[in-house]
Amino acid sequence: MKHRIVLDLSELPQHGWDSASPTWWGTLAFELIEGTGFALAIAVYLYLYSLAPAWPLDAPPPDLGPGTWLTAVLLISVIPNVLVSKWAREEKVGRVRIGMIVMSVFGIAPLVLRAYEFPAMHISWDTNAYGSVVWILLGLHTTHIITDLGDTLVLGALMFTRHGHNRRRLGDVMDNALYWNFVVVTWLAIYGCIYWIPRL
Amino acid sequence: MTSEAIPLDVRDRAIDDDTLRARLAKTWATPRGLWGALTTVDHKIIARRYLVTAFIFLALGGILAVLMRLQLARPESRVLGPDFYNQIFTMHGSNMMFLFAVPVMEAMGVYLVPLMVGTRNIAFPRLNAFSYWMYLAGGITLWLSFALNMGPDVGWFAYVPLSGPEYGAGKRADFWAQMITFTEVAALAVAVEIVVTVFKQRAPGMSLNRIPLFVWSMLVTSFLVIMAMPAIMIASSTLIMDRLVGTHFYNPAEGGDVLLWQHLFWFFGHPEVYIIFLPAVGMVSSMVPTFARRPIFGYLPLVLALVATGILAFGLWVHHMFVTGLPRVGESFFTASSMSIAVPAGIQIFCWIATLWDGKPVFKTPLLFVLAFLFTFIIGGMTGVMVASVPFDTQVHDTYFVVAHFHYVLIGGAVFPLMGAVYYWFPKFTGRLMSERLGRWVVGLVFVGFNLTFFPMHILGFEGMPRRVYTYQHDVPWAALNLFVSLSSIVLTAGFLLFFIDAIRSARRGVAAGDNPWGAATLEWATASPPPPYNFAHIPVVDDANPLWSAPETLTVAGGLRVDRRELVVTSVAEARPEARESSPANSIWPLLTALATTVMLIWSIFSPWAVVWGSIPIAIALTGWFWPKGTPEDEA
Repeated sequence: MKHRIVLDLSELPQHGWDSASPTWWGTLAFELIEGTGFALAIAVYLYLYSLAPAWPLDAPPPDLGPGTWLTAVLLISVIPNVLVSKWAREEKVGRVRIGMIVMSVFGIAPLVLRAYEFPAMHISWDTNAYGSVVWILLGLHTTHIITDLGDTLVLGALMFTRHGHNRRRLGDVMDNALYWNFVVVTWLAIYGCIYWIPRL
Repeated sequence: MTSEAIPLDVRDRAIDDDTLRARLAKTWATPRGLWGALTTVDHKIIARRYLVTAFIFLALGGILAVLMRLQLARPESRVLGPDFYNQIFTMHGSNMMFLFAVPVMEAMGVYLVPLMVGTRNIAFPRLNAFSYWMYLAGGITLWLSFALNMGPDVGWFAYVPLSGPEYGAGKRADFWAQMITFTEVAALAVAVEIVVTVFKQRAPGMSLNRIPLFVWSMLVTSFLVIMAMPAIMIASSTLIMDRLVGTHFYNPAEGGDVLLWQHLFWFFGHPEVYIIFLPAVGMVSSMVPTFARRPIFGYLPLVLALVATGILAFGLWVHHMFVTGLPRVGESFFTASSMSIAVPAGIQIFCWIATLWDGKPVFKTPLLFVLAFLFTFIIGGMTGVMVASVPFDTQVHDTYFVVAHFHYVLIGGAVFPLMGAVYYWFPKFTGRLMSERLGRWVVGLVFVGFNLTFFPMHILGFEGMPRRVYTYQHDVPWAALNLFVSLSSIVLTAGFLLFFIDAIRSARRGVAAGDNPWGAATLEWATASPPPPYNFAHIPVVDDANPLWSAPETLTVAGGLRVDRRELVVTSVAEARPEARESSPANSIWPLLTALATTVMLIWSIFSPWAVVWGSIPIAIALTGWFWPKGTPEDEA
């Protein structure tokens, strides 16, 4: 077929941000996949709870300490997370570097607290179905923290190289921040489920 | 680098047509040889691999079906033993659903969606390469386990407690569960790619109401994959954990529940049916207008029917569990929802009939397959409405009636349109037409063979023959019909054989097709057959739902893209207004390395939970290598 040019695209930017970026949509799509996974895991918890004669099964409710501290840390982490995203949009690479270091620390801290959280359940995964489901909820969320921490470390290192001064990579920083918000929000649902349903 | 700083000679408007095509071909090329084959991210090459692999699995699954029919042809037959028969029917179902039906539909999407929306590659092309390698590894894993007598023997839905640690000794059920992980990772990756391709890479002007119906169907299917497949991944992972590390999800003695498995499985398993069926109706909606020689009747109701089917698909899973003793209110609700999904199916059927009625139908092989589909799928749909009723379902549950029903909807509803679609798009895939004469034979043999094979199974079901029995006694009245079914399956097999022969022969010696052999209306026909690596020398600009019919001689296009890097247009979700000249990633070995690392971890984790810890380290390294910028022009922004 003959081609007739009716539109000129040469003035368009070479990379878009937010909803103009395929990566942003890809991040959302993966959040939808993983969010569905979390929702189903919580549904499994509620299903087993609905069948059980008493809940928790053969265990006291989990200690509130480590999980609540972890929740607080995650909520506080949203502030630097939003700031990093803002600095990335403003292309302030120096500040983004500092922000990525801060966010790396905020990625490690919950892992330390998580190490205290598993014993605070007062039950092992192989004791009964209650133990199995709280361990899988914690485990699923822990893999998400580790994944985002890995992403943050690699991106943070990249920001210190010649590749940092690049809108595409700064867009990746923003998408990484978007993903961290998802990790925080899903935790709130899991925290309510694990710690407060047994106290109802 | 800003757009002003880019030299003019790397823009497509500054060079003549021949130079443009030569430079684009160089930029988008897949190098020859092994390295090129392992590193390519061209959606057409990957889709072709997906298709060939899926059809090989179809042939393997077909051989298993023939073995089953050989065994069941006579009462008290000794061709296969009970244990081997259990493995064979489990392999047949798992192979057909996870290694053939879903991947083949996604493969058609991977090939066609970027072409139909007028872009140069699928979104996240490296993820696409990764997804194929994962799919291949999952398929090889399942078939190798079968070859080593470790093939799963618990049915394609692997109900606990049969598949649990108490009854499912050895590693058979674990291989089934881990094959699920492989194929679901692959399917989810493709779903994300298709959603983002459809949302963000449509040709300028291709607003929502101009999206081809096949693309709509792949979009809805992709959302079904995204929402349904996490359920089976949670189910299969928790099953492996029950078997490997002693969790109790499905152990009633410790607060677990066996019906939890059925809920999780069917929350995935029912949408799975529509994950297979919706692309097929999208194919029908593409073929019908081409051969009716008029635009589709009822575009909007057809789109709404796709979306409605997608939503309702999540509200019917319990109809697979009617005999488990659920509350009656629940049964009534799921009966109503199961019957209601017949409404959007009916709307689509009437729209296709209206299109054919008002058109001037040309009865080529693809359209003959559509007619075979209409007849067969309507029967399957009717028996579907029948089994949606609890009293009826209670009678025929786990009998051959159900076997007949789901083969009518899956083969009649999905494989017939797929075979028609292969005849229809084969010239685009290969540049050559399949044989019209052989095609008519294929339709005839498959259609007649299918109905003779599967219709009597309804009657066998009424007569009480249960599914999954490896033999039956002389004193039950099933022998004559079973022999008839087995003999009829020879006709069906002959049809499939002829189909494969025609495809292989035509790929080498078929008649050259040209760009648009059927005179069709959508964008995939606006480029060469097979398309060049860059798909379109200029990105099309669309102002009509049937662009090649509204302007048959000239394609309106956009200019201004770079030719020295892989560049395409990103457009807005609803209106498809241009937003950016985005780059598309170049070839890379990292997707293959990541898939290899993931394969090692997944297979290792069948035997040790520590695989998840240590096996993740190579995956993380591979992903970092994948992501780390290489300083190519594609990294510029």
